[in-house]
Amino acid sequence: MHTTKHSSTLPAHRYTLVVDLDRCTGCGACGTACAVENNIPPANEKATERTGTVWMRVLEAPASSAAGGPTTFVPIPCQQCDNPPCVDVCPQRAIEYDPRTGIVGQIPVRCLGCRYCMVACPYHTRSFNWWSPEWPAGMESTLNPDVSVRTRGVVEKCNFCVQRLQAARAKASAAGQKEIDPADYVPACVEACPSRALYFGDAADEKSEVAVLSKDGESFRLLAALGTGPKVFYRSSDPVVRERLSRTGVTRG
Amino acid sequence: MDDTLIGRGLRRTTLPRFLLWLVPWAALLALGVYAVYLCFAVGLNQTNMDNRFAFGLWIYLDLTVIALGAGAFFTGFLLYILKKKELKAVINSAVVIGFICYSGAVGILMVDVGQPLRAWFTFWHPNVHSMLTEVTFCLTLYLSVLAIEYAPLVLKNRRVKEVPGALVLEHQLHKVMVVFAGIGTLLSFFHQGSLGGLYGVLRGNPFAFRTHIGIWPTTFFLFILSAAAVGPSFVLLTTWLVGKVSKKRLVSPEVFQTLAKISGSLLLVYVVLKGIDSLIWINTASAKTGVQVSSFYAHPPFGTWVLFAEVVLLGLVPAALLLSRRVRARTGLLVLAATMACAGVVLNRYVMTIQTLALPSLPFDSFLSYSPSWQETAAFLAVLGYGVLLYSISFRWLNLFPEERELATKG
Repeated sequence: MHTTKHSSTLPAHRYTLVVDLDRCTGCGACGTACAVENNIPPANEKATERTGTVWMRVLEAPASSAAGGPTTFVPIPCQQCDNPPCVDVCPQRAIEYDPRTGIVGQIPVRCLGCRYCMVACPYHTRSFNWWSPEWPAGMESTLNPDVSVRTRGVVEKCNFCVQRLQAARAKASAAGQKEIDPADYVPACVEACPSRALYFGDAADEKSEVAVLSKDGESFRLLAALGTGPKVFYRSSDPVVRERLSRTGVTRG
Repeated sequence: MDDTLIGRGLRRTTLPRFLLWLVPWAALLALGVYAVYLCFAVGLNQTNMDNRFAFGLWIYLDLTVIALGAGAFFTGFLLYILKKKELKAVINSAVVIGFICYSGAVGILMVDVGQPLRAWFTFWHPNVHSMLTEVTFCLTLYLSVLAIEYAPLVLKNRRVKEVPGALVLEHQLHKVMVVFAGIGTLLSFFHQGSLGGLYGVLRGNPFAFRTHIGIWPTTFFLFILSAAAVGPSFVLLTTWLVGKVSKKRLVSPEVFQTLAKISGSLLLVYVVLKGIDSLIWINTASAKTGVQVSSFYAHPPFGTWVLFAEVVLLGLVPAALLLSRRVRARTGLLVLAATMACAGVVLNRYVMTIQTLALPSLPFDSFLSYSPSWQETAAFLAVLGYGVLLYSISFRWLNLFPEERELATKG
C-alpha cells in the first residue's frame, strides 16, 4: 500500500483560507453560517462537544504568554491538505482530492462510517453522524437545496462550500466565461465573519490577497512539519502565538 | 440423541450439566445481542466513542482476537506446509478457535461501522491504497477458508457422516486441505500485516507512523510476526484450559513442548525486531516531525513502563521462558509463559489503538480519555459468550483432539 502524493502536482486553482487570529473574537458566527449553509442539523439534546456535528470548530488556545495575555481563538475547518492523510485510508473512495481546485471532498453517500479517516486526520475536523438528523417542525423549509442532507452513520466535514463554486461556475458558463469571478465564490464562514478575520481566494493567483497573506512572515500552518500541506493558513502579529500554534506536539498535558 | 452425536470412545459430561454450563455464556450472548440491536436501531450514539475517539473497544477487540486467532493459520501452516505432524493433535481445536475469533471480529466490525449495509462498496469501489481495504478483503476471504476448514470436522461427526455423501465430501476436502492451508496462510499474513499497517501509515500521527519497508510500514511486519508468535501460545493456553475444565488429557506433553518452542523462537525474533523498530522510531520521529518522543509517554497511565512491559516483561521474559527446557517441563510455568506472551500482544494492540487516539496532536489539545459504554462492553463480552458456546458445542460433538481417545484408554 503506498501513499498518493497529491502535492507533487499542485492544482491549477488552490482555494485557500487565511485566518487572522488577531482579529478573531471567537464569536462563532462562522460556525453558525456554515451550519445553515451546509444543512447541519441542530445538535441532538444528548450531544456533547465531542459528538456534535461541526464543520467549523472554534478552539481556544492557551494564553500567549506565561504571564497571561489575551486568549487566542482558533477557527478550525478541514485544512484542505494538498497531501491529505485521509484520502488514502478510506476503504471505499468516499474522500476525493479534486486536482483542479485542491479541495478535499467527502462523499457521504459512499461512506461506510468506519471512521478511519477521522483517526487519520491530525486536525480532528471531521464529524460522524451519531444521531439521525432532525430539524424542528417547520425548519426543514430553511434547508439549502444545493446541499444534500446526510444520514446517520456517515462522516462529514467542510468542503469550502463547494456548492458555491458549482454555482459560480454555472454563472460563468452562462455568461460565456471560462473562469469564475472570484467574488462569486466565497464560503459561508468568510461571508459571515463580522470582524473580517477570514480571507478566502485562489492562491494560485499570485496577486490574490490570500497568496500574499499566506506567504508573509506572520502566516503559518498547523502541524506543518507533518507534511500534509494544509491550505488553511493562520496569521498573527504576536510571535509567541505563532511559535506556540505552529509547533508539532503538545504544549500542555 | 445427544449420546449418538458424541464421538465413539469419548467421554463427555451429562447433557443437563452441559446445558447448565452453557447458560451463563448464552446469557452473555443474549445481552450482547440486545446491545447490538440498540446500536442498529438507535445508532452508534449508544457507544461512548466520539469524533475524537473514533475507534474504541471494538477495534481493540478486533485487533486482539485476530492476533490470538492466528494460531489457526500458523498451526495449519506448520502442519500442512512444514509437515510438523505432531501438531495434528491441536489443528482441529486451532481451526475452531480461529473461526470463533475471526467470525467474532467480523461480526463486531459490522456493528462498529455506521452503515453496515454499504460494506459491499469496499469490494465494488475499493481504494487500493487503503489498509482497511486489504483488511476487509483478506478477513472475508480467510473467514471463508476457515469455514471450509471447519466443515470436515462437522462432516466427521458420528451422525452427520451417516448422511449419504458426507464422508466423500469430507475426504475430498481433506485431500485439498493443504491448498486451503496455503491460501489461509497467505491471506492471514496479509491481513495480520495490514491490521498493523492500519496505524503505521497514519502520516498525521507521529506516535503511530512508522518507517516504510517497500510499500509497507514496519508495523505491517511486526503484526504478522507477533501474531504468528502468540498464535501457538494461545492454542497451548486454550488446550490446557479445556483440559482443566473438562478434566481430561487432550494432547501429549510433547505437543505443548513443540508449541512452546515455536512460540518462544518467534517471540524472540519479534522482540528483537520490535526493539530495533522502537529505537529507529525514537531516533527519527522527532527529527522528522519535531515531536519529542518523550511527550508520548508524559500522559499517565501511558508512561515508558508501557514500552518496557511490551518489549521486556511480556516479550523478552516469556520468550526466554518458552525457550527454556526446564520451564517447558513444568506445565504450570509453561502456561504462565504462554499467558505472558499473549498478554504482551494484547497490550501492544491496546497501545496501538487506545494510546494512538488518546494522545493530543494539535499544540493546544489535551490528552483524551474514553471509557466504553455498557452496550460496547456487552457486545464485547458477547463475542466471548459466543466463543465459549461454539467451542463447547464443538468440543462435545466434534472430535477436536484426535489424541484424546488414545490418551483416555492409556489412563
